[in-house]
Amino acid sequence: MAGAKEIRTKIKSVKNTQKITRAMEKVAMSKMRKAQERMAAARPYAEKLRRTLGHLTQANLEVKHPFTIEREVKRVAYLVVSTDRGLCGGLNMNVFRQTVRDMRSWKDKGVDVDLVLVGNKAISFFKRIGGKVLATTSHLGDKPSIDQLFGVIKVLSDAYRDGQVDRVYVVGNAFVNTMTQKADALQLLPVEPVKSEGLLQHWDYIYEPDAEGLLDTVLQRYVESQIYQSVIENSACEQSARMVAMKAASDNAGKIITQLQLQYNKARQANITKELAEIVGGAAAV
Amino acid sequence: MSQIHVDIVSAEGEIHSGEAQMVFAPAEVGEVGIAPQHAPLLTRLKPGTVRVQTLDGQMLPFFVGGGILEVQPHLVTVLADTALRPQDADESAAQAAKAEAEQRLAGASTETDLAKAQAELVEAAARLEFVRKLRAPSHH
Repeated sequence: MAGAKEIRTKIKSVKNTQKITRAMEKVAMSKMRKAQERMAAARPYAEKLRRTLGHLTQANLEVKHPFTIEREVKRVAYLVVSTDRGLCGGLNMNVFRQTVRDMRSWKDKGVDVDLVLVGNKAISFFKRIGGKVLATTSHLGDKPSIDQLFGVIKVLSDAYRDGQVDRVYVVGNAFVNTMTQKADALQLLPVEPVKSEGLLQHWDYIYEPDAEGLLDTVLQRYVESQIYQSVIENSACEQSARMVAMKAASDNAGKIITQLQLQYNKARQANITKELAEIVGGAAAV
Repeated sequence: MSQIHVDIVSAEGEIHSGEAQMVFAPAEVGEVGIAPQHAPLLTRLKPGTVRVQTLDGQMLPFFVGGGILEVQPHLVTVLADTALRPQDADESAAQAAKAEAEQRLAGASTETDLAKAQAELVEAAARLEFVRKLRAPSHH
């Protein structure tokens, strides 16, 4: 009975796959919790920085910083945040699709697009698709730190400062909840004015040592924090997407195993019936 | 109002939040003490210790590796840097990111390329071995 044996091997292989996907699901689950905590921990800084920036835009500042000045758009840059590893559902594809869609609509307007890529998946995707890549970084691991991002941050802010690009967007996944992640493009530069609660009408800071340098520092930190925020948010998205994808894979493997088991039993039953019929037939002949 | 709200945060988490009588911080131009109703102030911080005098008179020290200090009459915000940043570190990091882009997009980087390179390496090693074997007798 060759059929039954083949089915048994198949069942074994599906069971092995299921073991792997289940292990990956568990690993992703524990990593997800930590990634979410990290994401939540970074939020106060971003909020406070936003508040300070809000105050700062209300102050009667004489100097203007290039990061806040709206320019005519001739060239834009996209920072694409992706994961290093796959097996996380459509997470990366959603980001790429959003990026490609945006790139196309810029191209229709006659605007060129430069790319800055974070994560292995984005690098290999845009290597295939093509596009001018300014800088990349990858292998950020499960705990992305801001040090690892300084390179791309510097490249982006320099490109903007030098007038190579007139707008900078960040595309990455926004964490809605464990089941839902949404690819989202955010304008990073020029910094959109931040509204803030009512302070006095006419006031200004005492700037120590100088207003210009301080404004620069605050805006630079703001850009850094926004990029860092989207990278760790994407990392939380990665873990939850992987958990969900692996759970679905384990469930599917379970379904396949049930079906194969049924087939195997039928084949075995058919074989026994056949043998019995042969014996009975043989006995009758004697 | 004899108290002021203090928030000390870094990119990796909230460090302290609460009311205080007085806050001392290592500003770039020198140590500053901030009492409630202080005029709005914005300054950079040097690496050092921010000290918060709480309402019950306790002095709480917090180490910061630099950052930004913002003062509003009712509010003190310390945006602490987590990463140490030497002056030219950004520049070299930027160079590295650019180089990586060039290398990753031009050279051997994807799995297939890696496999190909590995295959070539194995082949080259085998060839080297073969050449050595050929030469070995002539040396003796």
